[in-house]
Amino acid sequence: MTREITLSKAVNEGIAEEMRRDPAVFLMGEDVAEAGTPFKVLSGLVEEFGTERVIDTPISEPGFVGMAVGAAMTGSRPIVDLMFGDFIFLVMDQLCNQAAKTHYMSGGKLTVPMVLRTNLGATRRSAAQHSQSLHALVAHIPGLKVALPSSAYEAKGLLKTAIRDDNPVVIFEDKLMYQDKAQVPEEEYLIPFGEANVVRPGRDITLVATSSMVQVCTKAADALAKEGIEAEVIDPRTIVPLDEATILDSVRKTSRVIVVDEGHQSFGVTAEIAARIAEKAFYYLDAPVARMGAMDVPVPFSPALEDLTVPTPEGVAARARQLCRGEVADAA
Amino acid sequence: MGQAKANTEDYLRMYTQMVRIRAFEDNANQLYLSAKMPGLTHMYSGQEAVAVGICEALEDDDRITSTHRGHGHCVAKGAEFKQMFCELLGKAEGYCRGKGGSMHIADQDHGNLGANAIVGGSMGIATGAALTAKLQGTGRVAVCFFGDGATAQGLWYEVMNMAALWKLPVIYACENNGYSEYTKTEEIAAGSITARAEAFGIESFEVDGQDVLAVNDLTQKLVARCRKGEGPFFMNLKTYRYHGHHVGDINRDYYRAKDEEAEWKTLRDPIVNFGKWLEEQRIVTADELVGINDTVRKEAEEAVAYAEKAAYPDASEVDMHVYAGVPHALSA
Ligand SMILES: Cc1ncc(C[n+]2csc(CCOP(=O)(O)OP(=O)(O)O)c2C)c(N)n1
Ligand SMILES: [Mg+2]
Repeated sequence: MTREITLSKAVNEGIAEEMRRDPAVFLMGEDVAEAGTPFKVLSGLVEEFGTERVIDTPISEPGFVGMAVGAAMTGSRPIVDLMFGDFIFLVMDQLCNQAAKTHYMSGGKLTVPMVLRTNLGATRRSAAQHSQSLHALVAHIPGLKVALPSSAYEAKGLLKTAIRDDNPVVIFEDKLMYQDKAQVPEEEYLIPFGEANVVRPGRDITLVATSSMVQVCTKAADALAKEGIEAEVIDPRTIVPLDEATILDSVRKTSRVIVVDEGHQSFGVTAEIAARIAEKAFYYLDAPVARMGAMDVPVPFSPALEDLTVPTPEGVAARARQLCRGEVADAA
Repeated sequence: MGQAKANTEDYLRMYTQMVRIRAFEDNANQLYLSAKMPGLTHMYSGQEAVAVGICEALEDDDRITSTHRGHGHCVAKGAEFKQMFCELLGKAEGYCRGKGGSMHIADQDHGNLGANAIVGGSMGIATGAALTAKLQGTGRVAVCFFGDGATAQGLWYEVMNMAALWKLPVIYACENNGYSEYTKTEEIAAGSITARAEAFGIESFEVDGQDVLAVNDLTQKLVARCRKGEGPFFMNLKTYRYHGHHVGDINRDYYRAKDEEAEWKTLRDPIVNFGKWLEEQRIVTADELVGINDTVRKEAEEAVAYAEKAAYPDASEVDMHVYAGVPHALSA
């Protein structure tokens, strides 16, 4: 049995289920208890689990993320709420120098089973410090796993897996998708890491899309289908670990690919996935590997400018048409 | 009321500046409620005596750093309504050409180094401005505005230490409005905030942030001492925000009692009380105060009308200002 719920509710359910299952799991972050976060994602949890396990912190991100690392090393399983993905810059040392390296540096003796939940996504008119998509930064650091849910169903299944993982996991939810609904099973389920989802099958071109870009690419695929171009949309779900096999299989079949992600285009997720395709499926390609990310500028406030900086269904469809017709503007 | 030191002209300017802030915010709130403003914004209403009392003790070349709740600082430091409303609406004539919006509004001409969407994010910047003042012997002072919630950021303790070691001309002004977001400050701040600054040997003051004369009087003295190399200083200003955390935070009884709000608004309003005092001292008549209010309201409404009609930035601006000295970051 399934029912339709919002991404916000799915996250809330996932956390509640895991907190009921495992008393070592606790939540901490700013305004997570009574307020249930500004996005109201965690509403109701403090009523069920109390302030001992749903902990409101001061505005001290490096401090409480560091505490989560220490708690995780000593038998707790903390879930940290970082209100905006942009604040990840404040906690980079705790996350990247401490959490990410502890297992390795201790020769496998210590583990850091913590989850950092945060968000990404522009076009909310929140300007340059509340709109960034920074998942590539943490994906760059060995030792951290990175999940990018693309719907309510994915958000719950990936979060539950993250909580049970013995490694530090960073989950980026798209803050514009909290009210988006999807069918979610009544019964318990988990989504394993490193298994991409073929969202929509197709034979002519592959669209590899993360997070909210799955919606963008699905819309693009709908438009392309009307013109006889069948696009296959693949959602990697986690970028670390990355399910290379599913992506490569698809590209070998379609021979064309666009990688779409909301992080800045340069030195990011699109570059990494495109490089792997070029390395491992080069002889199957009929067109250069294309990629579309956020424009390499800080996110502007003005709606007139902000909308220009992110990939859109129209933009993806236009690029796909070019590739399918053999008109590739950027290829040297 | 604090001590009466200024002359009639100064008094009237302080009164007018407070009224200007209130009028600006009432109009900004209205723009949000009528869905004309992109994104969210944080109202300064209720805290006017802090920004005005402090900024009236500064000169144009003295620097301030501001916060997410920054319109009041911006007005008090000398900004114009038109350019401010244009910025809030993302228009090209805004102070930041629509790139910053409410949370990043800056006014270089009047020494406002900018609002900041990272809580505590400007503490280093203000202290650095004071470092320039000292290194270059400019005689300038920097005021760092921040909220009580921001005192939880570790950065503050790092920069206070250096400011005290190096006797920098910086004044840390904590606008203690009792809340950070949806949490009472007493729940997230241990011990005494004032004592924390004192622990660095920084001379610290607690002042009624609803009393513009008290704030101004103290600031004048501290600014003069800063210019003589006797800084840094800390001010803990007790004040109150009238609205929710941001304009969308409307149902807030769960964390803040309506009675408490009503009490501050009716008994401790900085504008009403200063107006009464001005009348009592026979500096102005009630009619004159009404006249000031009417003029300011009209000015604000005209500026809103102007901003609504103003043009958005041209699409070509999206990759301008990414790097100084590079007209367009993305054109080859
Ligand atoms: C580093 C960081 N953490 C969290 C936030 C989210 N946030 C914005 S304002 C705010 C509360 C700030 O409280 P305070 O400093 O007292 O300022 P006030 O809003 O009361 O003016 C929080 C938690 C942020 N913008 N930056
Ligand atoms: Mg506050």
